[in-house]
Amino acid sequence: MNDITIVLCGEAGQGIQTVEQLFTKIVKKSGFNVFSTKEYMSRVRGGSNSTQLRISTGPVNAYVDRIDILITLSENAIKHLGNRVSKKTIIMGEKNHIKNNKNLKVIEIPFSQYAKEIGNIIFSNTIAVGVLSAVCNIDKKVVTEQVEDFFSRKKKNLVKNNLLALEKGYHIGNELVKNGKARINISQPTKQKNDIVLSGTQAIALGAIAGGCNFISSYPMSPSTGVLTFLSQQSNDFDIIVEQAEDEISAINMALGAWYAGARAMVTTSGGGYALMTEGISLAGMIESPIVIHLSQRPAPATGLPTRTEQSDLEHALYSGHGDFPKIIFAPGTLEDGFYLTQKAFNLADKYQVPVYILTDQYFVDSYYNITSIKLDRISNMNYFIKTNKNYQRYELTKNGISPRGIPGYGNGLVCVDSDEHDEEGRITESMDIRTKMVDKRLRKIKEIGKETLLPKLIGSKNYKTLIIGWGSTYHIIKEALEKINQKNISFLHFNQIYPIHKDTLKYLKKAEKTIIVENNATSQFSKLIKLHTDYEINHNILLYSGLPFSVETVEKQIKQILKRGQK
Amino acid sequence: MNTKDYDLGPIDIAWCPGCGNYSILNTLKQVLAELKISSQQLVVVSGIGQGAKIPQYFKTNYFNGLHGRALPPATGIKAANPNLTVIAESGDGDMYGEGGNHFIHATRRNPDITNIVHNNMVYGLTKGQASPTSEAGFKTPIQLNGVVSQPFNPISVAIALDASFVARAFAGDIEETKKIIKKAILHKGYALVDIFQPCVTFNKINTYDWFKEHTYYLDSKYDVTNRIDAFKISIEQNKLPLGIFYINKNKKTFEQTLKTYKQNKKPLYQRQAQMDKIIKLINSNK
Repeated sequence: MNDITIVLCGEAGQGIQTVEQLFTKIVKKSGFNVFSTKEYMSRVRGGSNSTQLRISTGPVNAYVDRIDILITLSENAIKHLGNRVSKKTIIMGEKNHIKNNKNLKVIEIPFSQYAKEIGNIIFSNTIAVGVLSAVCNIDKKVVTEQVEDFFSRKKKNLVKNNLLALEKGYHIGNELVKNGKARINISQPTKQKNDIVLSGTQAIALGAIAGGCNFISSYPMSPSTGVLTFLSQQSNDFDIIVEQAEDEISAINMALGAWYAGARAMVTTSGGGYALMTEGISLAGMIESPIVIHLSQRPAPATGLPTRTEQSDLEHALYSGHGDFPKIIFAPGTLEDGFYLTQKAFNLADKYQVPVYILTDQYFVDSYYNITSIKLDRISNMNYFIKTNKNYQRYELTKNGISPRGIPGYGNGLVCVDSDEHDEEGRITESMDIRTKMVDKRLRKIKEIGKETLLPKLIGSKNYKTLIIGWGSTYHIIKEALEKINQKNISFLHFNQIYPIHKDTLKYLKKAEKTIIVENNATSQFSKLIKLHTDYEINHNILLYSGLPFSVETVEKQIKQILKRGQK
Repeated sequence: MNTKDYDLGPIDIAWCPGCGNYSILNTLKQVLAELKISSQQLVVVSGIGQGAKIPQYFKTNYFNGLHGRALPPATGIKAANPNLTVIAESGDGDMYGEGGNHFIHATRRNPDITNIVHNNMVYGLTKGQASPTSEAGFKTPIQLNGVVSQPFNPISVAIALDASFVARAFAGDIEETKKIIKKAILHKGYALVDIFQPCVTFNKINTYDWFKEHTYYLDSKYDVTNRIDAFKISIEQNKLPLGIFYINKNKKTFEQTLKTYKQNKKPLYQRQAQMDKIIKLINSNK
């Protein structure tokens, strides 16, 4: 086997996340590549949540339906996972959690009994880690080291009992391997990895810090809160002002005030919170303020499915903010994208004085995997604000539309910004002539912005017959699906900048005999945008809006179906 | 410094003749001159309304933002550069209606800013609708039978929130208003100055004379540190008190709570991303 997928499924509050974090570290330290993602309900206790862990000697970075090993921690687990559980899945759990499933490969492991013997039912998690480690043939020394390290960071007295739990689990796992009940044949790694494991949230937040972010004002909202929390944890070490605002309207306006006074500010939110910010976005457009918005998408409309994933805020982000003004929208597909594009966002926002979005989603922010490194020598920051002189005019009509941006208290000039239409000094005007000139000036920036638009990435041969199009978080899923399909004449075009769209987009599309777009929304929003800007209509779309991410298997199956239909 | 240092010269002021905004503008220039606050070091943040136009009529940095939304950017500006003097200034509809939630939470947050509210109990710019502070029974083109709701009382709400500095003035009294605004600006923390003023065009009830008859000044014996008494006085219905109602000197300002300024006093624009620290943080995820 090339990779194993392990799923842990139980109720909220049972500590599944602990298993995920700990086992990910163990697996990575042993030299495996690891990918983990979770799907969870909008509740603090009860319900059914599951985490998927994939380990492999090759790269694994995408969600699959298949489950090789399932650890059930609650009665509803097997039912919750539905068709993903097959006759090949090895299921381990308490008697209660595996009952009535005689046609499946179930193994009873009394997790809670053993955990209680050690002192607390919560030790079930570490027992589970032990079982998995043994079944995956991971060196016991590595596992022990990681468990010690993990729990010593929490509280000193947790280490001893968790090591006992680990010992118990490892022993159980070994027995299962010996008696053939849980034999996994997976290629073993030859050396340890020096990779870093990051989540999408961490990539975005680290990118923000690297971009000089020193101010974040936001309101907690799934799945965007992680970035606020992370930056709050770093706020002492990194000089970041972190403020939880009373509402999203306050959040966006605080951030604009901060930029006005020379800070590098961002907001993090999801669709519904962003909706409240849209007047503020319009303000940014009018006063030409830089602003960075992390918009992490979830199923809509309204409250929707608060903890699930979707890609349906593309049009919302793009068309929101009344009036005509430029903006830039990034949609990272990889962790590296998450980091580099966020860092870049602060600099582009400053340079062009426009809103710059980082569009992610629950699947992206909640997934972890290992990458070799983040190279900081690739990046640099540049401050674009100036020291003003006595005759400074904030909205000087310039050839390229960008007026040098002064900040109050730095120089002898006065910095005047106005949400009303304004003249070059920033004073309110009702002159139709100045109004027209100002609109033209703001829109003139689009030309400059266009010069820095990122090319979409082509994965596969340049001589493709079929072209799959995707944007944002579906990158790895589509890539792996195509690897499984393994046909040379199918390539993949991935967009990590969805606005503006690169002018060469049409060239890529026209070259294909057949084009297929994959997106997580009901109306194929990105294909509509492509049609608008290239007049090209994508032939087929593969859509999903159930709240779950695409699986590799689903994308593979649907692409094959479309290609089959075409062969008459 | 001189009030002339803030003059813009001949400009088109959109206020009606006799508007209370003229004396507030005049008073403000005098205060700034006496406190020696230069235009370059001052930022006036306003929302939308007639009163909110004030920063466009004298020499200052300004952020004339959205209706109801002066307090959040004012907070962001002061936090990003605490060396600036920041005044958030708009009318009663803007600050207490559209911006009501920000009024409550800015009071809690306690940024070191002065909040001047032009309280004329009506919506002037949009031509005569009731505002949150309009009296019950006040007839307007929309409230044809008179306002039904009870008026919002910003003074008692501020005191209930234990605001750092709470005061009310009357635009017709330049000397007294000057004293109050001066104290408010010098105060460390959020300082509310609710200024009664007439709207000569749309409010024929609460005129200069009406205010003179219905207000009185808190005398020198009044104890500004007594919150309970301040609250009692603030809900008086007969004659409306003017002056400083309450001062709480013991609150930390928002900027004082920020670790960002504990060791390093530089404003944010003078700081850079620390790449070596970032590398360390990234590598801690191995």
